[in-house]
Amino acid sequence: MSETVIDVRGLTKSFGGRKVVDAFDLKVPRGAIYGFLGPNGSGKTTTIRMVCGLLKPESGEGEVLGFNVLSESLKIKERVGYMTQKFSLYEDLSIRENLEFIARLYGLDRRNERVDQALEDLGLAERQAQLAGKLSGGWKQRLALAACMIHEPELLLLDEPTAGVDPKARRDFWDAIRRYSAQGVTTLVSTHYMDEAVQCDSIAYIAYGKKLLDAPTAAIPQQIGLYGWRIAGRPLLESQQMLEASDGVDLVARFGAEIHACGKDATALERAVRAVKQAQPHVEIAPIEAGFEEIFIYLMSGALDNFQ
Amino acid sequence: MKAPTLPNLLDLSWARVFAVFLKELVQMRRDRPTFAIMIMMPIMQLVLFGFAINTDPRHLPAVVEMREDGPMTRAFLASLSASTFVDIVAIARTSEEGEAMLRSGEANFLISIPEGFERRLVRGERPQILIAADASDPVAAGGALSAIERVAQQAFAPEFEGSLSYLAQGQPPYEIVVHRRYNPAGVTAFNIVPALLGVILTMTMVMITSIALTRETERGTMENLLATPVRPLEVMIGKTTPYVGVGAIQVAIVLIVATLLFKIPFTGSFLAFLIAVTLFILANLMLGYLISTVARTQMQAMQMTFFIFLPSILLSGFMFPFAAMPVWARAIGEALPITHFLRIVREVVLKEAGLADIASDLWPLALILLVLGTLALMRFRRTLD
Ligand SMILES: Nc1ncnc2c1ncn2[C@@H]1O[C@H](COP(=O)(O)OP(=O)(O)OP(=O)(O)O)[C@@H](O)[C@H]1O
Ligand SMILES: [Mg+2]
Repeated sequence: MSETVIDVRGLTKSFGGRKVVDAFDLKVPRGAIYGFLGPNGSGKTTTIRMVCGLLKPESGEGEVLGFNVLSESLKIKERVGYMTQKFSLYEDLSIRENLEFIARLYGLDRRNERVDQALEDLGLAERQAQLAGKLSGGWKQRLALAACMIHEPELLLLDEPTAGVDPKARRDFWDAIRRYSAQGVTTLVSTHYMDEAVQCDSIAYIAYGKKLLDAPTAAIPQQIGLYGWRIAGRPLLESQQMLEASDGVDLVARFGAEIHACGKDATALERAVRAVKQAQPHVEIAPIEAGFEEIFIYLMSGALDNFQ
Repeated sequence: MKAPTLPNLLDLSWARVFAVFLKELVQMRRDRPTFAIMIMMPIMQLVLFGFAINTDPRHLPAVVEMREDGPMTRAFLASLSASTFVDIVAIARTSEEGEAMLRSGEANFLISIPEGFERRLVRGERPQILIAADASDPVAAGGALSAIERVAQQAFAPEFEGSLSYLAQGQPPYEIVVHRRYNPAGVTAFNIVPALLGVILTMTMVMITSIALTRETERGTMENLLATPVRPLEVMIGKTTPYVGVGAIQVAIVLIVATLLFKIPFTGSFLAFLIAVTLFILANLMLGYLISTVARTQMQAMQMTFFIFLPSILLSGFMFPFAAMPVWARAIGEALPITHFLRIVREVVLKEAGLADIASDLWPLALILLVLGTLALMRFRRTLD
């Protein structure tokens, strides 16, 4: 089996004449946790669906787990766990019936044992007879996650798996992902959460259907080359508004009682910050190193899209 | 993705079929209202028709057009008025007037006695009494018509005495000519109840499977289903099989009611009936399933179901006699499962038919089933595109 689990090239998909995913390439090595980021409507779900054979790309090719994405999607489906963004289990089946249904479809042995185990892990053993539709949003997510892992897939495609899930459950979830990763399970996970993005080994960033960034997480700040300044002291709001209106400032983020202003052009940024100091003599300014937080706010804000 | 080839369409694991079947069964059981409708529908329809059948037709409004006014015709009119079968609501002066009342439903019968009736009667020319009947309620009309004949006999009998006694010999010296309007076939109760089975099965089986896939698409569960290794054929078999059971329950209900309430004798081969009804149920399920592969929403599926349902009633021989329809209508009728089933069920239930007698309608049913199934399988979208 190849060591590159996802290797797709030039995936393209249009809806109604509009290119929603445009010549998308991705290589994900075995065991990696790959983060998939991008603003709403950027094409993440569409890409994931093409990778697992749920949408037919209009052009492009590739292999997933060594199988051709275009012609061998059944083989891919047997080995992939796909968690949809929208809850797609049966609301009129009980929690247990849903898991059993999935387990049967994958032809799993020791079905009862696995379902029991999954319910145990989920902490839903007592509520297994409850209808899935009656679960709260976060619990539905957790059930869906359990369902897509029940057949021990080699590749997990998770589309915003933790949306609406509480912090403790999210932590548990990421612990589990890392455990799977250590066993050689590969994960491609889309997320809008910064704290989750930083936990990924690598990150692919997509906007308007185009991949704009694809790098190991640790290398991203350097790759983006973001400069930062810290502005503290009153009046904060006026300073913030002024910064937002200035050239050279790509990102203004509030961190408690201070503002972090970031930009790719160091001189333009400094000029803008000094202009604020001039107008508001009481504020303190100091250069800072733009960390992951700033970088990801910057990414998440969609600032990287060079089209629009 | 490669174009689906037949071998890859016929790929099948019974374990996955069973998974889908079980899931569908549980969902069906939980969907109480729908399940109740499927069980109640045959009972309701039969009871509704049952009332029409069991009511002795009495006091049906009639309009009389008298072109003759003599002792015999007056005696006939008097007997008619006295009878409980028809009520004479008007005497029409012109035939247009009488026709209009028939059309509007003010009268169910138009009885015309032509000019010179008595004179021609005496001469032995067998004049006609014309009866135009609104046969849209065939049972009621049929009952009243035979009643009118009896009334005529009783009314004229005392007149044919003495010098006219030669008129009492042999066949009646007049002729009653009946024009059935609106339902020329004049379907009888025995005809209706077995045929009703075909209508009930078409309605429920097609309707329920027409949303089989669209419901999954609308609820978003299709995405999850398609992400599993389940095959199109497995989905098809698994999703339709539970409704074979529902169909069987409906058949049992109709059979029980037909024999207990309507005393319809089952004259033919029960095995032949079972084979035919199974094929018919399967064909309807495939028809519905095919709709669900075409429709994008449940609403569309319902509309398409009615689109199928109308010709099933109008062009199948249920409403109008098949032989009297124009060629194009018959061609459409032949393509509908219910047309063949109606022929089979009437033959088997009423005409003592066995398997060999119905073969000519059995194989078209099987062919329709095969074609619909194949089409549905090929139409099944394996992706969300
Ligand atoms: N079936 C479809 N038909 C038409 N347009 C679609 C379809 N699916 C997606 N789109 C469009 O494609 C674009 C990308 O959608 P997609 O769901 O892939 O985005 P996303 O990155 O997953 O967004 P989000 O973060 O909101 O989940 C959107 O503009 C969406 O409207
Ligand atoms: Mg999405």
